[in-house]
Amino acid sequence: MTTRQHNYQTIFIIAGLTIRETQRRRILWMTLLLGVGFLAVFGIGFHYIYLELNRQVLNSSELNLVSGVLLTAGLYAINFLTIVIAVLISVTAVSGEIDSHTIEALLTKPIRRWELVLGKWLGFAALLLMYTLTLTGGLMLIVYLRAGFAVQNLPAGMGLMIMQGLLVLTLTIAGGTRLSTLANGVMAFMMYGIAFIGGWVEQIGAMLRNETAVDIGIATSLIMPSEILWKKALLLFLPQSLNSTYGAGPFAVTSRPSDLMIIYAIFYMAALLAFALISFSRRDL
Amino acid sequence: MIEDHLAIDARGLRKVFGKKTAVSDFTLQVKRGEIFGFLGPNGAGKTTSVKMLLGLTAPTAGTATLLERPLGSRQARTKIGFLPEHFRFHEWLTAAEFLDLHGRLYGMSKQRRTAVIPDLLALVNLADRADTKLQAFSKGMLQRIGLAQALLNDPELVFLDEPTSGLDPLGRRLVRDIINSLRSEGTTVFLNSHLLSEVEQTCDRVAFIREGVILQTASLADFVQDSIDVTLRVGSITPQLLAELAQFGNGVQMQEKNGRRIRLTLPHEDKLPDLVRWLTANGHNLYELSPQRLSLEERFLQIMEGRQPNNPTT
Repeated sequence: MTTRQHNYQTIFIIAGLTIRETQRRRILWMTLLLGVGFLAVFGIGFHYIYLELNRQVLNSSELNLVSGVLLTAGLYAINFLTIVIAVLISVTAVSGEIDSHTIEALLTKPIRRWELVLGKWLGFAALLLMYTLTLTGGLMLIVYLRAGFAVQNLPAGMGLMIMQGLLVLTLTIAGGTRLSTLANGVMAFMMYGIAFIGGWVEQIGAMLRNETAVDIGIATSLIMPSEILWKKALLLFLPQSLNSTYGAGPFAVTSRPSDLMIIYAIFYMAALLAFALISFSRRDL
Repeated sequence: MIEDHLAIDARGLRKVFGKKTAVSDFTLQVKRGEIFGFLGPNGAGKTTSVKMLLGLTAPTAGTATLLERPLGSRQARTKIGFLPEHFRFHEWLTAAEFLDLHGRLYGMSKQRRTAVIPDLLALVNLADRADTKLQAFSKGMLQRIGLAQALLNDPELVFLDEPTSGLDPLGRRLVRDIINSLRSEGTTVFLNSHLLSEVEQTCDRVAFIREGVILQTASLADFVQDSIDVTLRVGSITPQLLAELAQFGNGVQMQEKNGRRIRLTLPHEDKLPDLVRWLTANGHNLYELSPQRLSLEERFLQIMEGRQPNNPTT
C-alpha cells in the first residue's frame, strides 16, 4: 500500500460518506427544497414591490436604493441561515459518532484519526459551499433580472460569505472533538452571538465616535471573526452611496473592517482546524 | 520472543482516568493462532484493555505490540479485525454498503471487495439482507453484520468483544462455528466475554482480570486438570478427621444430603492417591470417593473471590 495515496483516499471516502449521510437522512434535500422556497418567496415579493415602485414613478437612483435594501435583507437572511445550517449539520459530526459508538469500528481501520476529521470537514464544507452559492447566486440573479441591479465585487464578496460559513463549521467541528453534542451547539451559537453583538456595538460606537465601543467590537472580532466577514462582504457588494444611507440599521457598516481582519480570520480558521485534527488524535475514546 | 511469534505482546499496560485506575497492569502474551479468552467481571477493565490494544485509548504507561508492530501501527491494523461491544454502525447504510465502506477503509481493491462481501454476508446468514438498511436490522442481525465487518480483510488477528451478547442460541452456534473455522485457518482470536460456557467451548487459553490486574493466565486444559473437587464417604466422620483432611486441600466441609459425606477441593489430582493412602493407613473405611472436575465457572468464581486452590497454605 502506498501510504500517501491511501491518505487522500481515506479523506475522500469520509467526505463522500458525510455527504451520503446528509442525503440519506434527508438533510440535503430538505435544505435545498426550502432554499428554493426561500428564493421563490423572495422572487415573488421582489417582483410585486418593484412593480409598485415603478408605478409610483421613483427615479432610477431611488429604485436602485430599494433594490439594494431588499437584496441586503435577503443576503442577511441567507447569511444567518448559512450559520445555522453550518452548526446543525456538523454539531453531531464527531461527538455524535463517539456517543453512538459508531466511531469504534471506523477508527480501528488502518486510517489516521485526523483523516476522519478532515474528511468530514471537507464533506460539510462542500455542502455549505453549494448551499451558499445556490442561495446567494439565486438571490442576486433575481434582483439583477428584475431590476437590473448588479452587485459589485461578486467573487470577493461571495468568498467572504462562504468563509464565514466555513469558519462557523470549523468551530463546530473543533468543539465536537472535546464537547458533548449539546454543549458544542450552545458554544457555536454563543460564539456567533458574541461576534454578532460585538459587531453592532462596534458600528453604533463608530457612528457615535465612541472609541471604547469600537474597541469592544474589534476585540470580539478577534475572539470570533465571523460577523466581520459578513460586514466586509456587504461593503464589497454594495456601492458606497447605498451603504451610507443605512445609518445605524442592521446592515450599516460605519466602522470599516480592516483587511488585516480577513487575514486574521484565515489564520484563525486554519488554527481551529489544526486544533480539531490534533485534539481528536489525542482523545481517548 | 524469537522462538514464538506473538500476535499480542502487552507489557505493563496501564490506564489511569483522573484518580481512577481502570487498568493497573495488563501484561499478556498471545501466540499466533491461539483462540484466547479474556475473562473478568463487569468493570474489571476488559473493555479499556481492548481499547488500549486497538489504539482507541492511549495507555498511561507500558508498551505492547500487535502482530509484532507497536501499538497504533496502521500496518498492523490492515490485518486486524474488530467487533466492538456495542456493535452500533451507520444505520442509514445498507448491509452491503456498510461492508463496502469498511472494506474501502481497509484499503481493499474494488475487485476484492466485490469478491468477498457476498461470501461474508452468506457466512453470517444475511445474504438475503444485502440491500436492507441497517436501521431495519435486529440486534442479532447487527451483531452478525458486525462480525462480517471484522472478517472483511481476512485478518490475522480478530478482537471480538462480547460477540454473542445480542444473539439467540442459533446465532451463538454460528459464532462458535466461525471461531472454529478461524482456528483452522490459523487466525488468532481474542475473545472478550463473560459467557464462560462459550469460552470453555472455544478457547485454548484464558486470562482472568480483576480490578485492572491480570490475575492468572492458563490454558483451559491446565485449568481442568489443576484443581479437583472430591466427595468422600467414610465409616465415621469425626471433627478430628475433618481437621486432618485440611492438609490435602481446602474447603473441607460436611455434606448431609443423601447420607453424610465430606467434600473438599484438592489443588491437583496428584493428591488423590495420597489421600486414599492416608485414609486407609489411618484406619478409615473408605466407601466412596468421587472426584469432580471444576467447571470454568467455578474456577472463575474462585479466582474472582480470591480463593486460590493452588496455594492451600492458609
